[in-house]
Amino acid sequence: MIVSIRNHMATLIAFIVALLIAGILLLTSGSDALQAFAILFWGALTTPGRIADMVMLMSPLLLCAIGLSISFAAGQYNLGIEGQMTVGGIAAMGVLRFYVQGDAPYVYWLLALVMGMIAGMLWALLVASLKRYTHVSEIFAGLGLNFVALGAALYLVFGPWKRPGVASMSGTEPLAEILWLPTLPATRLAWITPLIACVVLVIIWRILRHSQWGLQVRACGLSPQASMRMGIPATLRTFQAMAMCGALAGLAGALQILGVYHALVPNVASGIGLMGLLVALLVRADIRFVPVVAFFFAVITSGSIQLPLSLSIDSSISGVLQGLIVLAILVSRAVRKEGQS
Amino acid sequence: MHVSIRNLHKSFGAVHANNDICVEFAAGQIHGILGENGAGKSTLMKLLSGVYRPDSGTILINDVLVQLGTPRRAIEAGIGMVAQDPVDVPVFSVIDNIACGIHMPATHQLQSIIVEWCDRLGFQFSPETSIRSLTVGQRQQVEIVRLLIAGSDVLILDEPTTGITANQIQALFSALRTIVATGKTVLFVTHKLDEVAALCDTVTVLRAGMMVGVQRAMPMSQAEMIEAMFGTLSPHAHVPVVRESYTAARWILNDVSFHEHMLHVGPINYAIPQGAIIGLAGLEGSGQRPFMQLLSGLRKPTQGVIHYDDAPFAYDHPDVVWLPADRLTEGIIGDMSLVEHIRLLRDVLLGGEVSPQQKAKQLISDYAIKATPDMPLRQLSGGNQQRAMLALIPDHVTGIVLEHPTRGLDAVSARAIWQRLQERRSRGATVVFFSADLDEILQYADFVIVFFAGALSRIIPRAQVSEAQLAALIGGVGFDEVHP
Repeated sequence: MIVSIRNHMATLIAFIVALLIAGILLLTSGSDALQAFAILFWGALTTPGRIADMVMLMSPLLLCAIGLSISFAAGQYNLGIEGQMTVGGIAAMGVLRFYVQGDAPYVYWLLALVMGMIAGMLWALLVASLKRYTHVSEIFAGLGLNFVALGAALYLVFGPWKRPGVASMSGTEPLAEILWLPTLPATRLAWITPLIACVVLVIIWRILRHSQWGLQVRACGLSPQASMRMGIPATLRTFQAMAMCGALAGLAGALQILGVYHALVPNVASGIGLMGLLVALLVRADIRFVPVVAFFFAVITSGSIQLPLSLSIDSSISGVLQGLIVLAILVSRAVRKEGQS
Repeated sequence: MHVSIRNLHKSFGAVHANNDICVEFAAGQIHGILGENGAGKSTLMKLLSGVYRPDSGTILINDVLVQLGTPRRAIEAGIGMVAQDPVDVPVFSVIDNIACGIHMPATHQLQSIIVEWCDRLGFQFSPETSIRSLTVGQRQQVEIVRLLIAGSDVLILDEPTTGITANQIQALFSALRTIVATGKTVLFVTHKLDEVAALCDTVTVLRAGMMVGVQRAMPMSQAEMIEAMFGTLSPHAHVPVVRESYTAARWILNDVSFHEHMLHVGPINYAIPQGAIIGLAGLEGSGQRPFMQLLSGLRKPTQGVIHYDDAPFAYDHPDVVWLPADRLTEGIIGDMSLVEHIRLLRDVLLGGEVSPQQKAKQLISDYAIKATPDMPLRQLSGGNQQRAMLALIPDHVTGIVLEHPTRGLDAVSARAIWQRLQERRSRGATVVFFSADLDEILQYADFVIVFFAGALSRIIPRAQVSEAQLAALIGGVGFDEVHP
């Protein structure tokens, strides 16, 4: 109990230190740090439209962070998450291109989401296989495959799937409007996305915490050798965890196509997967904290968009702040671990 | 170079690894350092080569006080160590390996220096070859040449004859004699008595961190060396041996060979009996661990077949468990509780109505584990972790393979562990264990297999071997007689 309180205190102190450093950065660049923080922490919550935008960012972030929590639980640092999102988007677009005027959109939505999940899953299984059978670290395999996925998206946008006449970085021909996921009135938010993210959160939380499968996945992550000794199918569990992570990333990618971009854009993932990694690093595979951290990151990221307009500060400060927070908390953990041993 | 060690102390936590070591290593001689596992040989050599800093005491080289403390300073002081496993850069060539550690003249000069040393020492490798294509013995030769070129006057060799061929051993010995003839000093760490007899001018024996007597000049009889290494052998209080003969075999090994790193074992043939406790004796690294992994199904033999209860033995056999010495990495999951472990093993541990919580409580009382059902096992003491590991063995298991079953445990805990194992045996299970503690083997084993540098003895009934004989066999003395 005391240890737990001390841990929370240390996390809080690390958080404050990160804020201080970011504040000093802002001050040295001649900005009003307090005002900037006010916008970062509150700006995204001021109007319904802004809240909707924040939720729009938070939903795929949640899906990625949940997926990564599974892979982290299994001891796999799935840095290929962005690539898995991208191929999910590509697969979804591949389905949607077959749409003919007059067909029911629901079928295409469902197919696009399922194909997105399958594509992401296969992409992740590729990483897992490279690790298992050729001993390539999942970190490098994943990063490498990110570039392959990005290359594939670029190729499609500028090649076979380009707009009639012009190839543009802004993406392929937009989808027929009937294929766009319905939005909440007066916002851009496709309401189905946060709904899916929440359902997934509850399901995965139950599986990881309360099923024997989840327990075995965590055992494999904590000690692969001991798990193997006790007869747990460690390789299978690792593959399954990676597959689930890839499927959720693919789902997020497909949802970005259907609900946000309404076309295949080269950068489907747009850094959301990487932000998901930061979230997963902070929660350390304890999925209960995923929504809290994801919410916080989504708030400061969408809040930061207002910074250039109101204070002429570049919005990248939100990324700096997120990085600092993660770093500070990881350092505080390392220091505590050092102290214990 | 003359090395004097005065009142050297080094502790790791509660373990006094080197306790008041005082010894002189005269120049121009080969000095044997002898002792069983954990006697403190490696610690002493690491203090000399600067890997560790002493807690107190002094080291003098040619009567000048030196502060070692880092490997670099030791090298500058003229002390070089050839580690047991080669530490080199395998993708580099010989010449690059030698050049990268030292301030050296131009490449062609270095090349001729290397060739010159090889000629003098009788080594056969060319400076251009890549380390990867050399044998372990040759890599050791490269290390020796590298240290000599770097200006080492004291060479430390840690168990240098493990895993190299008989010819290479001969080459090594004659090279070492050549080296000391130039006035350099060689410290030769080993547990092989015949090598000490064949090579060394003096012998220093360590036991439990302390020197046994003083440094002695060779020759010294093997009996004396054994006595120094293992202590005065009391006429051991004989434990009634439960079984001397057996009817049915559990594991049958037919022409089985295996290897690990430099160690090649086999082909061996065994019928390991049912309902017996088999102790594996020998110094650590003599092949026990891969042998146990073989019996546990964690490793496949390179050749030969294994049968278990008359059926072919395969990986992941449900009736066999392996209990490793490194409990927290390989044995149990430190961050999980007993209840969580029971849930993990639900299919084999839980039958019918019992809940994981109830089962955990039952095991805690049956095995006298000092823990609550939900406490992470990491927080338990070593003895309680070991008991938990035993408690988690399903009832149907008939083959239990253990590494150091009671290492780090106090006498009471150790006895409790053995009681459980003996119960298992009386219910028909076969227990195979390796222990560095001779007394443990003599006290609990029904049969003994002795390992000596990758060679295995036949299965010897406990009653046929005395403590003195066992100690001698571990040192390789009289091993031919028990060779199957």
